[in-house]
Amino acid sequence: MDVSMNVNGQSQSHDVEPRTLLVHHIRENVGLTGTNIGCDTSSCGACTVHLNGQSVKSCTVLAVQASDSDITTIEGLAATAQADGSAIGEQNWHPMQEAFQQCHALQCGYCTPGMVMAATSFLQENPNPTEDEVRQGLEGNLCRCTGYHNIVKAVMSAAGGA
Amino acid sequence: MIPAAFDYKVAESAEQAIALLGEYGDEAKLLAGGHSLIPMMKFRLAAPAVLIDIARISDLSYIREADGHLAIGAMTKHIEVETSDVVAQHAPMLAHVAALVGDPAVRHRGTLGGTLAHSDPASDLPAAVLALGGTIIAHGPNGAREIAANEFFTGYFESVLAADEIITEVQIPTGTGAWNYQKFNRRAQDWSIVGVGVADGGKGISLVNMGSTPIRATAAEEALASGASAADAAALAAQGTTPPEDSNADAAYRTHLATVLTRRALEAAGVA
Repeated sequence: MDVSMNVNGQSQSHDVEPRTLLVHHIRENVGLTGTNIGCDTSSCGACTVHLNGQSVKSCTVLAVQASDSDITTIEGLAATAQADGSAIGEQNWHPMQEAFQQCHALQCGYCTPGMVMAATSFLQENPNPTEDEVRQGLEGNLCRCTGYHNIVKAVMSAAGGA
Repeated sequence: MIPAAFDYKVAESAEQAIALLGEYGDEAKLLAGGHSLIPMMKFRLAAPAVLIDIARISDLSYIREADGHLAIGAMTKHIEVETSDVVAQHAPMLAHVAALVGDPAVRHRGTLGGTLAHSDPASDLPAAVLALGGTIIAHGPNGAREIAANEFFTGYFESVLAADEIITEVQIPTGTGAWNYQKFNRRAQDWSIVGVGVADGGKGISLVNMGSTPIRATAAEEALASGASAADAAALAAQGTTPPEDSNADAAYRTHLATVLTRRALEAAGVA
């Protein structure tokens, strides 16, 4: 069936099977491969994207459920910050991306797109979190390198708390 | 993992969902947030021929307080229950428990009606609704009916909901007394190995993952009502339960947990 959605500010229409997962749709039909597939069971958060501004695990959303929605993936995050004037640094990135770079909040990098998307959604809901709240807020995102320390540091830094 | 193929229908209203259920019968499943159903479909534990998407029915997403109860539309998301001032004021236990479900991304999708219809004995919110003495409003082809939460759950993933019925609203009595909720697990975002909800100063005590449904700890409730201490009542919490056994815990361990967590919950709620 025909599924239309706005992905990173661009209108995307594709003929998809109803059983197509949003993450497969984003990667294979829209062609944006920054969103990773990790566990494929809604545990690890590697596939986190924003659906109408809120973090979701795109392995557990059907593309048809996201029809007529706004999707932001890691590729479109910097542009949202540039549009609202919050982009910073030499790369003109989203503050969370800049904080991840400054705090070296990644090791292998596989969880990073999902971490960044989950963290930006979390800060929208809780702009001034404690470190413990950051850890709770990111409980749905796993880093198999166990690099949580710098990830939490980056989120605190992006929130202006460190 | 990809689900088996199905037809996708969008219901714009509860009436339309009921009509579609009537048309497709047992072949169809209602799809709300999908965070229980879609994983089951990916594992091929469920393979409905038709999915009826009810998450777009905006009429079923609301939180209102009136006539001594909180009325929450079935498609209200966990995040909305968790962050609602109205819920915080009138049924704070429900807001607290909503915030314990899964993780934020799950709570952005999961719905109160969905978790009740799924009837997982390991889920937190059904047990909270049970302890709080909630009522579930279901609509079918012959209109609406009210189902007390303690008559709703019938077995593993089973409820009294008929194949052509849809949950439209959940009602929670307001102004109930002291409460506490104990969720015991070992890892982030896991289900409760055992959970205990104490509502209304101990008048409602419910257990998570202590049988095939969320269940009331009636022996403990009755002991408290007859003047037993929190510790003595808690010792009866697992009476009549048939706890499951899995890699997390055997039945004896769950039985022990139920009594310990009930005592902790009663004490934390200030029940002497």
